Amino acid sequence: MAFHSVLFARTEDSITEDLEAPDFFVDLNLDQIIDAITARKQEYNLKPFFYAPLHDIDAIKYRHEIMQDLESGVLLENVKSFARKLHTMREALTQADKLHVQYQKKSWFLRAVDIYCSAVRSLTHDLSLANLRSRGLSGFYEYLTNYVKSDYFAALFAETEKLKADLSTVKYCLHIKGNRVTVRKYEGESDYSAQVEKTFEKFKQGAAKDYRVEFATWPDMNHVEANILDLVAQLYADIFHNLDDYCAKNADYLDETIAVFDREIQFYVAYLEHIAALKRAGLKFCYPEISNPSKDVYDCEGFDLALAYKLVTENLPVVRNDFYLKGDERVFVVSGPNQGGKTTFARTFGQLHYLASIGCPVPGKEARLYLCDRIFTHFEKGENIKNLRGKLQDDLARIRSILNQATPDSILIMNEVFTSTTLQDGVFLSKKVMERVIQLDLLCVWVTFIDELAAMSSKTVSVVSTIVPGKPALRTYKIVRRPADGLTYAISIAEKYRLTYDCLKERISS
Amino acid sequence: MKALLMYRDRDFDLQGELPPNLEALTQDLELNTLFNAMAREDKFLFEVARRAVLSSLDDLDTIRYRQDILRDCIKNPAVVRRIYSVAQEAIESEKKVYWGFLSRYPATILSRSIEVLQMFVGKLKALRKIADEYADAFESEGFSTFFGMLKEELSDGYFADIQDHLRELKFPSGVLVSAELGEGFKGAQYTLHKPQENKESWIKRITAKREPLHTFAIADRDESGARALSELKDRGINLVASVLAQSTDHILSFFTMLGTELAFYIGCLNLYEQLDQLGEPVSFPRPVTSSERRHSFVGLYDVCLALTMKAQVVGNDLSADNKDLVIITGANQGGKSTFLRSIGLAQLMMQCGMFVPAESFCANTCRGLFTHYRREEDTAMNSGKLDEELSRMSDIADSIKTNAMVLFNESFAATNEREGSEIASQIVSALVETGIKVFFVTHLYEFARGFYDKGMENAIFLRAERQTDGSRTFRVSEGKPLQTSYGEDLYKRIFGTDY
Repeated sequence: MAFHSVLFARTEDSITEDLEAPDFFVDLNLDQIIDAITARKQEYNLKPFFYAPLHDIDAIKYRHEIMQDLESGVLLENVKSFARKLHTMREALTQADKLHVQYQKKSWFLRAVDIYCSAVRSLTHDLSLANLRSRGLSGFYEYLTNYVKSDYFAALFAETEKLKADLSTVKYCLHIKGNRVTVRKYEGESDYSAQVEKTFEKFKQGAAKDYRVEFATWPDMNHVEANILDLVAQLYADIFHNLDDYCAKNADYLDETIAVFDREIQFYVAYLEHIAALKRAGLKFCYPEISNPSKDVYDCEGFDLALAYKLVTENLPVVRNDFYLKGDERVFVVSGPNQGGKTTFARTFGQLHYLASIGCPVPGKEARLYLCDRIFTHFEKGENIKNLRGKLQDDLARIRSILNQATPDSILIMNEVFTSTTLQDGVFLSKKVMERVIQLDLLCVWVTFIDELAAMSSKTVSVVSTIVPGKPALRTYKIVRRPADGLTYAISIAEKYRLTYDCLKERISS
Repeated sequence: MKALLMYRDRDFDLQGELPPNLEALTQDLELNTLFNAMAREDKFLFEVARRAVLSSLDDLDTIRYRQDILRDCIKNPAVVRRIYSVAQEAIESEKKVYWGFLSRYPATILSRSIEVLQMFVGKLKALRKIADEYADAFESEGFSTFFGMLKEELSDGYFADIQDHLRELKFPSGVLVSAELGEGFKGAQYTLHKPQENKESWIKRITAKREPLHTFAIADRDESGARALSELKDRGINLVASVLAQSTDHILSFFTMLGTELAFYIGCLNLYEQLDQLGEPVSFPRPVTSSERRHSFVGLYDVCLALTMKAQVVGNDLSADNKDLVIITGANQGGKSTFLRSIGLAQLMMQCGMFVPAESFCANTCRGLFTHYRREEDTAMNSGKLDEELSRMSDIADSIKTNAMVLFNESFAATNEREGSEIASQIVSALVETGIKVFFVTHLYEFARGFYDKGMENAIFLRAERQTDGSRTFRVSEGKPLQTSYGEDLYKRIFGTDY
């Protein structure tokens, strides 16, 4: 099978370049995550890749394989080095475009081709040493090997080397007297500065200040330099003629498949680079088991990737949470003190599923996640608070629209809905919506202050945010499975005396 | 080229690290009096004297190396002062050569360097002349090497070479530069060559082969062309300008080092002349290694006291070889502090290669001299004062090592005698047992007596002398500790005997 792409297993899959971020990106802070991931990769326009979730398990595995190949050994560094070279190559071509002196343009073109040859050869060599297990990289390696062996590339490489060697022999003398410049070949004259240095050597006392002046270096030439280059080209006419021919012949040297690879592989590089800093801070990532149709899901030591990135940058600790749903459990009802990490928990659940759907490793030590068809979010929109009636109406309209589109394969994240009405109304509406959610068999995280929701069905699981015992102002951001019975405070006091179930058990057993 | 007048094999470091306790030393031994005498109001001499005296040597070889040079200086003061002034003139003149606003241009750097070098050549010639005329009058290894180096390195031929370069670097026949193709075919690796070197072949090429001459000229009104051309020239001479500027720096630092190292000896000469005027004797000490225990001298006086009083002062004799501990007790104002200071000063002077204020003096060097003096009461609270004393002792303990020497003056007396004695005993025992030499002036009878009763072979007890009529000689001599420090005498002198 001919190699197609490192992003898609099947030839018919591809993405459209003008993809926009999905609706729920902002609610889940996925926009921040993708912005951070792609921030230093603008030239590759990677965002569309991150906006397109995959819908079959094999497509996800295809990416996992490649990601795992890159993560093992030095391959990631090899690919980064390849990318840096191609970047430098593009800069050289841009530079060639900007210049006006013909031989300067050609010099930069030669440089670009030289970098290209070197990049392609090194990458081929690196891939030959790597123990490739992925279908994607194996296929690309096969393509690359054939390309490097081709007559076209061999000739391109040989001509480039020859020209470089010839040009490095060019050495000329300038004699400047008054306003006249004479140019001739260099004839072995000795370095006069060295002679002067030798004369004064006996006074040398250790390290000395460097008085050499730094000259501004512009890539282009003034007319004096251009005149000189012209004369040098006349002195070395053969070499410069060869250069003319070379440039004319090789204008379209860049291979399309290699150029596409250079961009697509950055999807993986960008993600791995982004999570590398978090891994150094001790956070774990794993390749989730993708599950469908079973809706058993779990994650150990998961965290909000956007928040973690911010905290790690500021050298702050990151709280990790475990969760699982098994059997007929479908809905997390998250309650507990404010700012205890409830929204973060909800976002984490959504992020994990989304990141899994684009074939990336996810936060956590071990995970099993559901392959959903769509993710829906409903987060309170602050700007509408002024208009209470409007807001409630708007909330209900949005929820209705979500419930209409949702299928049993969808995931729903709800954050503090119906806060703008009376408690009684809120309870009533929430229950109604919950019934629908249960009926649809949706996987759902629902952050709410309405305790009653937690115990509505065997499908709902109550989790609560916790606070630091004795110091409610400090947050643990830990979310634990516990009935929402308003006992948070009593539990806190028990924790203070290390008399909670877990603590006590630990103390007794040790 | 190096002066090497302070060390046989290296420069004197004016930036080097000084002992951490330099403030205490300076204050306790009144070192500024010594430095002032050496400096004669010259700030530079003061700084050099301070550096040299405070950075004690403990290798005997270098001490003797300096002693020999100093003997030569005392024999030939005028010649030494003349060398010193040549070095000072060179340094001063360099400062006067204007850098200008255009020091960003190699051409400017080059022309300034040429000017400075012309001046330096003059000064180097002057040094060479002194060497030719007076070298024979010097005997020390240091000066012989120095004069020998001047004669060998600064030959007439060498001066002629320098002149050639200075002429050439004004480029009377244009600038010849080679280059290679750099990035974007811009010139790279610009290297300067001597134009006339290939004159023949140059002319031959033009006439014989009749190749078209690859040449062009900048039009007279082409200002940007002229700028480009002068930048090109600047690139060509960039390295040589830097090399030449560095050479001026190197020669300047030769003169600076010569001036700095001689400044120490000039300071010694200044001191020598003042003591000579007072009729006070000086002698070159005999140092022995720091692991030995020697302290024997005749007529050791406190040089700072003599300089302050501008008169001869009482000297002391001591024979304390093989002693680790010297405890001095006795009369108030009996000369104990003066004695202790004279010990410290002689030690520092010996260990920088100077003469000492004594008729004869022999002592082991020490690896670090420390002073622990009772400070003037600056706080009323006694407990605070003992804290402060112990904290200073702790600082000393941080940096002290075997074969160092500590001078205690009335230390640990800020509490009652029993406690003070206990603290002092514990500290002193510990120091002595770790191979540190201790001089301790004290009123703490229990402390002094305690050590006396131990009958230690390696301890000696001195007492400030007192005539039977109660008057003081300001002499210190061997004697066991006595219970009273003659405070009664002092009381009587001040209040009279009638009370």
